This record gives sequence, structure tokens and C-alpha cells, in this order.
Amino acid sequence: MMRHASGDKRFKILEVHMKKHQFRHDALIEVLHKAQELFGYLEDDLLLFISHKLKLPPSRVYGVATFYHFFTLKPQGEHTCVVCLGTACYVKGAEKIIAAVQQKAKILPGETTPDHKFSLLTARCIGACGIAPAVVYDGQVAPKQTPEQALKKINDWM
Amino acid sequence: MQLDDLNTIAQREKAATKKVCLRTCMSAGCMSSRADVIRKNLEAEVKAHGLDPDVEVRRVGCMGFCGQGPLVGVDREDGGHELFEFVKPEDATAIVNSLKGGKCEVARGDPNHPFFAKQVKIVRANGGIIDPESIEDYIAAGGYQSLHQVLTEMKPAEVVEAITKSGLRGRGGAGFPTGLKWGTVAKSAGAKKYVVCNGDEGDPGAFMDRSVLESDPHLVLEGMAIAAYAVGADQGFLYVRAEYPLAISRLQIAIKQAKALGLIGGGIFETPFVFNVDIRIGAGAFVCGEETALMASVEGKRGTPRPRPPFPAESGLWGCPTLINNVETFANIAPIVSKGADWYASFGTEKSKGTKVFALTGKISNNGLIEVPMGIPLRQIVEEMGGGAPDGRKIKSVQTGGPSGGCIPAQYLDTPVDYESLTKLGSIMGSGGMVVMDDTTNMVEIAKFYMEFCMDESCGKCIPCRAGTTQMFHLLEKIAQRRATARDLAKLEELCDMVRHTSLCGLGQTAPNPVMSTLRYFRNEYEELLQPDEFAQCSQGAAKTIAAT
Repeated sequence: MMRHASGDKRFKILEVHMKKHQFRHDALIEVLHKAQELFGYLEDDLLLFISHKLKLPPSRVYGVATFYHFFTLKPQGEHTCVVCLGTACYVKGAEKIIAAVQQKAKILPGETTPDHKFSLLTARCIGACGIAPAVVYDGQVAPKQTPEQALKKINDWM
Repeated sequence: MQLDDLNTIAQREKAATKKVCLRTCMSAGCMSSRADVIRKNLEAEVKAHGLDPDVEVRRVGCMGFCGQGPLVGVDREDGGHELFEFVKPEDATAIVNSLKGGKCEVARGDPNHPFFAKQVKIVRANGGIIDPESIEDYIAAGGYQSLHQVLTEMKPAEVVEAITKSGLRGRGGAGFPTGLKWGTVAKSAGAKKYVVCNGDEGDPGAFMDRSVLESDPHLVLEGMAIAAYAVGADQGFLYVRAEYPLAISRLQIAIKQAKALGLIGGGIFETPFVFNVDIRIGAGAFVCGEETALMASVEGKRGTPRPRPPFPAESGLWGCPTLINNVETFANIAPIVSKGADWYASFGTEKSKGTKVFALTGKISNNGLIEVPMGIPLRQIVEEMGGGAPDGRKIKSVQTGGPSGGCIPAQYLDTPVDYESLTKLGSIMGSGGMVVMDDTTNMVEIAKFYMEFCMDESCGKCIPCRAGTTQMFHLLEKIAQRRATARDLAKLEELCDMVRHTSLCGLGQTAPNPVMSTLRYFRNEYEELLQPDEFAQCSQGAAKTIAAT
């Protein structure tokens, strides 16, 4: 088994995962999910490693990684705040939450603060419409949020 | 595994049922309000009171009334039911006390509220009742009996015939007759065939499929297995959005359990039938709800659609005949087999049979999931079940079908909800998202919201959709910012027509719908924002000057 030159153990875990899928080309999305779970984001070096192992052209791996919104090629902040922008959340004021957070943290949706403390992200719909507007703080869904609640949470982080 | 084994499990499970059951909703909505802690506290309290021989604390799927969550349902010893709403972890003591006749001030909901009373549950029959992480619970509720019946008593063609007779239509939105689709795949020649379950519920404002997968995953698996037998497939794929981690984990558990009992895999019920299922996790692309794009994604590629024909029924995954149905469609299959096609067809209207699950959200008092018979008037849903708009406001319109659908204005609330009636009003049934808007909602903003969605989600393969949605979005922005003239509005309408007729797939073809339907019913809101056309006035003035000289 060829090791990654960096000696980083996560590459080995990723390779075991690829082996589980028998290095099949159709498992590319599954492999990218695992890679992002391990590394937090998909940097070029990691994409090249995957392309080499799955024997796929780098263009194909890069093409898939950039096509889907779920994959990110930039490192995220220590904390993430994902504001759902589904229709139900939208009509119930999700825009106001975004505007408040944006003003407070001085970043646009999709950006990370310069100190890498915090990323503001948006989601198309997390399917929690019954409790709209919903915000996901560090992977935890919070129901019926107000701009004040969101600001309080972010204050604790910053 | 044979029928006897199935019945043994069911009987054992029923015998173990305790007198009182505290059902704690553990679906994504209630989980976000710490339903897991509530359950733990309830269990501890029951133990502390020495009630565990008689009282069971059960994890259940979605009860539907998500806006009032977290919910705890109580099945009392005398057969009565109670419902606690807005439960907090510290309320556990009071709830357990109430079992012994103690005082309890936790908010009580009315289990006979029209929100519940008007529902007809077929797909969601087990939702909020059984433990979604226990295959035994599902078997005790009659699960996997339909699969046994199909494998031992019916020929594949008979299954297709039963589904055709039931009148079931695709629940993903387009409403294609399911039996016809199954028949086509069954007739397609090919040694290898696939069954795919479309759980890429991308429509913002909809969560029916998430709820079904979280509350009753085995129902979907059983439906897929029956479909595989009917069309001659041996491999299934469940495509689920990455945004639904709980649904994915419950499906993984369900598949593992079904494999362990021999209900998935080789030689199911000691017949030669083989069926394996794999989960494919989406990665956030709305276009993957389109069947050809979904197949590309299952194959690990960019999720771009391709022209049809060939339809997936003839040439789908890796060129093999493939059956693709929505989660809710598969969830209808086992009940149809066990209770009969005629029973199913007795619900609904002439052309739209059965029931439909809707996600009722937006500016409405009672948020949540409902399952109603087709043909029910929209007014009953939003006014009686939904309780109208909150804060004494008036309902302005109801949006169905998400970014592919349209707005139904308040004056048409008496329309029956079926495929044809909604299409006639310029909307669509869609997958079941129903977002209510009150009189404070700005319709131009809503049209802009959906257009921005389609613009972002366009895969970029065909030009009408890629460039058209962008141009339409900019025009809408111009109108909303009061910078547009009547000419811009005319251009917008022209573009709507062009994008609709020339786009490659459903995303582009239906992207103009929200604009067209808001223009149809709320044109004045657009026109109020228009500016006088100075260029037209200028040129008119110039023409007069020329004529005068």
C-alpha cells in the first residue's frame, strides 16, 4: 500500500475507505464525503491523491468536487453557522438573521472571518420547515431562531 | 426466514408491549429541541417511580405536528391518548407524575384536533407509533407481510397489475402512473436491472420524504424489494440528501437489521429472489432530483441531466433498465399489496387516487406534516387543519411545488387538491411542499427568491437554463429595485416562454413557473414597481417633432 508522503494517518484511513468500495469509480462521491469528514475540506493535494488511487483523471475528481455544494475547497472556521434559506425559513425571516450576522461578523455568506474563528454559511433547505426559521450551529439544529439569538451565539464564539 | 418466523417475532413483540406507552418524537424537528434528553429523563423518571414493569418509553418517528414540538404522546392503560406539546427536558417529572394522576402543567395538545382528525394515514400509518430503529416493531405492525405475499403468491406481472389497478401515481411531483412505469421496466430486455429510490428532496419547504425515511425506513425498503421483484431487478440504490443525516443513519440501521433477518440479500423467504440495497448520499445539488441527473450522481459523476429518450426504464444506470420512484411512492406499495388495489383506489378522486403527504409550513398557525386523501379542498387544509394565518392576518396565497410550482391565490382556496386541478391553476402538485403566505408577503420577492434558487442550482449544461435563469433573476431584481420599465417586464415574460420551451430538463422547463404564476394572479404588484419608460416618451416626442417639421 502506497503511503502519502506526508505520513498523515488520515490518508491511510481514506485509503481503507476506498478499498471498502473496491476503488470503484462510482464510489467517488462517497470517497469525497469521507475525505471532507476527515480533513474538513478538500485541498488540491487531497483531490490528486483520490484521483491517483481511484485511477480517475484529476479533471473528473475536481469536476465532481466543485459541482456539489456540499463539498468545500476552502478551510472552514472553527465554528460554523448555517442559516437555512428554504422557503419556509425565508418567509419567516431567515434573511434578517443573515443580515444581522453579516453585519456583526463583517463577512458575507460563504466566507470565514480572517481569524478563522467562524464561517457563515447558508443551506438550501435542511428539511426542518416545521420549526422555521432554523439555524445549524456547529452541526446542531436550533429551532425558531431570531436575529438576537443568532447574535448571542456568535458573540460567544468570537 | 419464513412466514412463521415473521409471525413469531410479531407475537413476541406484541406480548412484550407494556400497558402504558410514552412515545417521544425523535425526528429531526423535535431532536433539535433536545428530544433525546427528554427521552432519557422520561426513562429515568419511570425507573425512579418504579413504573418500568408497566410503562414503556419509546423512541418514535415524526408525529407530524412539528411546529408544536417537542412532542410526547401517551397511550394510557384505558386506551385513551394524550399529547404533550412544547415539552422541555425538565418536564419529564411532571409527565410521569401525571400517569399516577398527579398534577401536570405541561401544555396539552388535542389529539382530536382537525389537524389530526382529518388525516387519512397510509404512508404515515406507523409514523409516531413505532420505533424506527427496531425492525421488530415494524414486523409487529404487519411489516414484511406484503413482501412475503408477493414472493410466494404472486407472479411479477400480477404485482405490476395490482399497482396499475390501484391508480397510484408518482409522488415525486410529475404524477406519472406508477404501474405503467413498472410495466415498462419489467418488459425491457436486460440481464441486469436496477431499482432506485429518489430521496433527493431538494424542494425548499418540503420534508415529507425526510420524515418518512426517519419514521418508517423499513416501509420504503419493503416497497423497493416488492418493486425489484415486479420488474426483475436484484440491486437497489437509495439516494438520500446529505442534509438528512438522521434519515441516513436510520436507513443504515434498517438495512443492517433486514440483512440480519434475511429480508434483504439472497434467498429471501426461501425463494430464489435476491435483492441488495446500497445507500448513495447526495452532496447538495437540487438538479439531482431529476432522474437522469440522479443516475449520473449514483454513478459518481457530476449530476447533469441528459436528453430523454432513452428513458431510464430502457436505459438507466450503466445502460441497464432502471426503475426510479420517489420515497413516498415506494412507501405506498406495501399497503397496496396487503390491503388491495381496490381499497387504495377508494381514496381520492377519479384521476388522483390515494393519499398525499404535505408539508404545511410558512405563515400558518399549525406547522407540520399531514396526510390527506387526494381531492380534499385546499381550504380545509389551510383553514381547518392549519388554523389559518397566525396573528390574525389573512392568507394571501399558497405555494405548492416549490421552485417548479406556483402560487395559488386565496380566491381559489376551494380548489380540490389533485394533479389536474393544481395544473389548471398554473401550479403543480409537486412533491408536497405547501408554503402558506399571508398578506404581508411580497410576491415579487417570492418570485425573485425562487429564481435565485434556480439560477444557483442550474447545472449549466444547457444554455437556456444557465443563461436564462440568470437574465430572469436580474430582471426581477431590477423590477424589485424599482429600476425597470414595462419593456423589462415584457422581456421577462418573453424569457419565461423561451426558457420553458427550450431547456433540457425539468429544472429549466419549470423554472419560470413561480414568475408566471405570480404574474398571472398578482400582476399589479409587478406593475406598481415599474417606472415610466423615458425612452419611449422621448422617441414619441421626437416622432412628433419630426412630423411637425
